Amino acid sequence: MKLTVWTYEGPPHVGAMRIATAMKGVHYVLHAPQGDTYADLLFTMIERRNHRPPVTYTTFQARDLGGDTADLFKAAARDAYDRFKPDAMIVGASCTAELIQDDPGGLAKAIGLPIPVLPLDLPSYQKKESWGAAETFYQLVRALAGSSPVPRTPAGRPRCNILGPTALGFRHRDDLIEVKRLLRRLGVDVNVTAPLDATADDLRRLPDADFNVVLYPEIAGVAAGWLERTHGQPTIKTLPIGVGATREFIAEVAALAGVDPALAMDDCGSRSPWWSRSVDSTYLTGKRVFIFGDASHAIAAARVASEELGFEVVGLGAYNREFARDVRAAAERLGLTALITDDYLEVERAIADLQPELVLGTQMERHIAKRLRIPCAVISAPSHVQDFPARFSPQMGFEGANVIFDTWVHPLVMGLEEHLLSMFRDDFEFNDEAGPSHLGHGAAPSAPAPAAAAPAGVTWAHDAQAELNKIPFFVRGKARRNTEAFAAERGIATIQIETLYDARSHFAR
Amino acid sequence: MFCGLTGIVWLHRKIQDAFFLVVGSRTCAHLIQSAAGVMVFAEPRFATAIMEERDLAGLADANDELDRVVDELLARRPDIRMLFLVGSCPSEVIKLDLSRAAQRLSKKHAPALRVINYSGSGIETTFTQGEDACLAALVPEAPSNPAGAPASLLVVGTLPDIVEDQFRRLLGEIGIPKVDFFPPRRSGDIPAIGPGTRFLLAQPFLGDTTLKLEDRGAVRIPALFPFGAEGTTAWLTAAAEAWNIDPAHVQRVVAPGQERARRALERHRETLAGKTLFLFPDSQLEPCLARFLSRELGMKLIEVGTPYLNKDLLSRELEALPDDVLISEGQDVDRQLDRCRAARPDMVVCGLGLANPLEAEGLTTKWSIELVFSPVHGFDQAADLAGLFARPLRRQTMLKV
Repeated sequence: MKLTVWTYEGPPHVGAMRIATAMKGVHYVLHAPQGDTYADLLFTMIERRNHRPPVTYTTFQARDLGGDTADLFKAAARDAYDRFKPDAMIVGASCTAELIQDDPGGLAKAIGLPIPVLPLDLPSYQKKESWGAAETFYQLVRALAGSSPVPRTPAGRPRCNILGPTALGFRHRDDLIEVKRLLRRLGVDVNVTAPLDATADDLRRLPDADFNVVLYPEIAGVAAGWLERTHGQPTIKTLPIGVGATREFIAEVAALAGVDPALAMDDCGSRSPWWSRSVDSTYLTGKRVFIFGDASHAIAAARVASEELGFEVVGLGAYNREFARDVRAAAERLGLTALITDDYLEVERAIADLQPELVLGTQMERHIAKRLRIPCAVISAPSHVQDFPARFSPQMGFEGANVIFDTWVHPLVMGLEEHLLSMFRDDFEFNDEAGPSHLGHGAAPSAPAPAAAAPAGVTWAHDAQAELNKIPFFVRGKARRNTEAFAAERGIATIQIETLYDARSHFAR
Repeated sequence: MFCGLTGIVWLHRKIQDAFFLVVGSRTCAHLIQSAAGVMVFAEPRFATAIMEERDLAGLADANDELDRVVDELLARRPDIRMLFLVGSCPSEVIKLDLSRAAQRLSKKHAPALRVINYSGSGIETTFTQGEDACLAALVPEAPSNPAGAPASLLVVGTLPDIVEDQFRRLLGEIGIPKVDFFPPRRSGDIPAIGPGTRFLLAQPFLGDTTLKLEDRGAVRIPALFPFGAEGTTAWLTAAAEAWNIDPAHVQRVVAPGQERARRALERHRETLAGKTLFLFPDSQLEPCLARFLSRELGMKLIEVGTPYLNKDLLSRELEALPDDVLISEGQDVDRQLDRCRAARPDMVVCGLGLANPLEAEGLTTKWSIELVFSPVHGFDQAADLAGLFARPLRRQTMLKV
């Protein structure tokens, strides 16, 4: 058993729901009790979808358990077919139904529906949401695209598939628009986009493309690997998040498609490099940033933060273990040890210890940062209704880089304001406790940061404590910690003003 | 429709030194955080002990694991005085005996901590039934009334603190000598229960709790539920009758509240009167809400769905409903949707999963979860309750996009 307060990922059948909901004409019959229908609201409320997810729950109850839960399943599958007339059906069990072992796949086969019916085996007690989504998408692709060669459209313009955008994805809708724009400028046609808005027939047509662009490896990596092995379609793996990665993405696509990369590089509307080089951004230099999210977004964010905004990445981690190796490698390149965990308490501790000046994370880190009074921007699922904005707001491509510049810089205290705050600590109206002035009073953090315990035997002299309080709060925690460590190391029992400045000079080296 | 675990979202705020530990799966943890207003993030006093493969394969002893998790929890929250072990669908299916675990843990952590168990599983409970299961489990924890103790009134069902205070004042003015509320705000304040106890239900979904209270000798005072001016008056009056208090005096006490409620309801009546209403089953509050909306606001009822209909507890509510209304028990969502679409009601009350899809079809909805998450009982909340229904309709007339 694992004590869990908040979770980054739902169970794997929620991943399967994200695929079914993204697609058209695919229905999911889920052997599950009534309570599991809560998952509908993720789509209708958080993402504001205007249709119910195409999911039929068998809603068995305790009194059914001794008897015919299998018959219940068969009736539900038959009714779902009659009512919704899907082109393909996926069937499976949620955590509770997994325990009663009714074999939804076998039962569905037995009723002999005239459409492809795919059994999903999603082990609820081992795996999680992203894995479930990837597995479901892979099973659908494999079953519908098949392994025999498909007649190719006669050679013309280069063609690719875009794989990965799905329901409840962080900015998938807008990333897709932006990536399609890049491909159009390069003269590359899009054969199929999947799973978002794809039909069963679209998946059958997947092999009729020269290569695959994978936007979200967490969702489409497994399927793309299978397509590469079975149909010889190479995979574009660079995620176009940030200016540098977008340029690499364009170069990679252009090389594979045999087109001129300049078509998409020139006159591309990229503003973030100049925004970052303009003098107003100097104050961003070396801002200490903590990054946590799904592996792909976290790795991409670390690169943008360090190379394109001039931040110092002080922590990097991800909640999906399936991609831990990539995150570890990315962290090592920055001289860090990756934090791989799905325990938000551990993430909270790491953030509290590191005292970063900016947190880039998920909805969970947004709350942690709020508690610790640290500015934050969301970069990854799981996300909140506010992370599905009405406006166009991609993360990918050149426009995505522009959006990222704005969203990450906006929560910070601005350049001159930062100086004034450190010069005039005691101004009763204008002080660091009030938060960045352009964010208004609403941004003022509410809960006090948990005071980290000083090492045993170290105390603060009254005037040293007062001096410490003159340091702006967004670096005060770090100054406190460093000074205490410095004192403990040297056997200094009482920290004086001198100790504070000695420590500062020591750590400045 | 949610399962009974959802009740934890309001119960953990009500009993301020209690912690709710769900013994279940990742789905349970995901449900609670999704239902909790899509993530309230105060340090919550609830968590899930997520069972993993090794727990199911018998590689780990469930009781040892539970002990370890509880120790971990108490180290983090030493201020907790009452721990609820909450059963879930998977823990029920594998027949994990949480009552024995609760006894064992109670003994281990006594006297600092009491451990109680109940099931919020979705194979046995829906939504508000979780509160019923929780309160039913709490009844045996109540001390007994000494023999010959004077009669006292117990108000049963989670109410927002502000509403509780209003009712306490009113019942006091009416002249009922001793009034207690259940559940209490702190676990150490569970009121004594016994043959001298008369109790009023504040929520209609407390069937099991009622039986447990009756087992202890407590006697239920049947009444309309305190929604709207009519319901609140009837509810308070029923209590007064049990104490043989002069009706004229009761009328004097309730008159100002009644008058405030009627005045405040006028505005909403303009919006709601004559509008047709279809309620999907969700919280078991549906018959009471339908009564309030039809009798005090003039709405026309098409269908009143409820996940479960306790005809005994709701007898007065059912009598007060128009004869021609269709009351449907249980859930068959696709068929209910068919009926709803055919009827094209002016307003649909439904769960969060259905609201936006129905809005997209041009229907006006009120999500039902708000009805259990906001103060809606009593005279001074009657207009707020009506406002929850009027607002979506007013919004429809305002929007020109």
